[in-house]
Amino acid sequence: MTDMKTPLAKVHGLGSAKEGTHHWWVQRVTAVANIPLVIFMVVSFVGNAGKGHAEWVAWLKQPLVSVLVILFVANFVYHMRLGLQVIVEDYVHDKGTKIATMLMITFACVLIAALSIFSVLRIAFGG
Amino acid sequence: MAQVKRPLSPHLQVYRWGWHMAASIINRATGAALAFGSILLTWWLVAMATGHDYFDTVQGYAGSIIGRVVLFGITFALMQHLAGGIRHLLMDMGKLYELKANTSSARLTFVFSIVMTIVIWVAAYKVMGVM
Repeated sequence: MTDMKTPLAKVHGLGSAKEGTHHWWVQRVTAVANIPLVIFMVVSFVGNAGKGHAEWVAWLKQPLVSVLVILFVANFVYHMRLGLQVIVEDYVHDKGTKIATMLMITFACVLIAALSIFSVLRIAFGG
Repeated sequence: MAQVKRPLSPHLQVYRWGWHMAASIINRATGAALAFGSILLTWWLVAMATGHDYFDTVQGYAGSIIGRVVLFGITFALMQHLAGGIRHLLMDMGKLYELKANTSSARLTFVFSIVMTIVIWVAAYKVMGVM
């Protein structure tokens, strides 16, 4: 294949969006991290199926569980934010709508992360 | 801003459906479905932090027929997105581009997700002592 890049573009290596492969790469990093975290979450949900409030709280209060759930939330929310961005970029072509949609998605992602992580911390440090 | 009517390149509807196409599209669809699921997970965690009574209410919703159907769907979406995601990671490494490997691996993601969804639900019901 003929190389269409100018020498300067090759040096910068950042492509037309000027952000290079950062978005693509972080989506992969979070994808790989999600594999063990999802397995942990699924095993936990199955293992605690049908349990009541006290048992779920006791499960979440364990330091390792608290940390893993927080890591899971932070990681999947980041992955979700990146994935939803790609969907919006593919289907929403009006610039104003695109920016508004992405703002809403970003705010929603941050809210989901904040509510989830705060809940875990409240249980972890609560009485 | 007026949209100029330019001819478009052939899109999805002109191609015959194949496993590779289905796997690609469903990876995106399940990803979007899981974004909805993340709201439910947040609701559930907030309910747990809120207290015993509200947690029981939310668990009641989750255990209802509609709740179980939704959770079953999310389980499938999660397993399909997991398998599809791993397949994409392998393709990022330059593997699975040969037609046969590409198609069979695409089919395998569906086998994996269907089997795992059933395994997870049977295991959960066994833990609950229902089965």
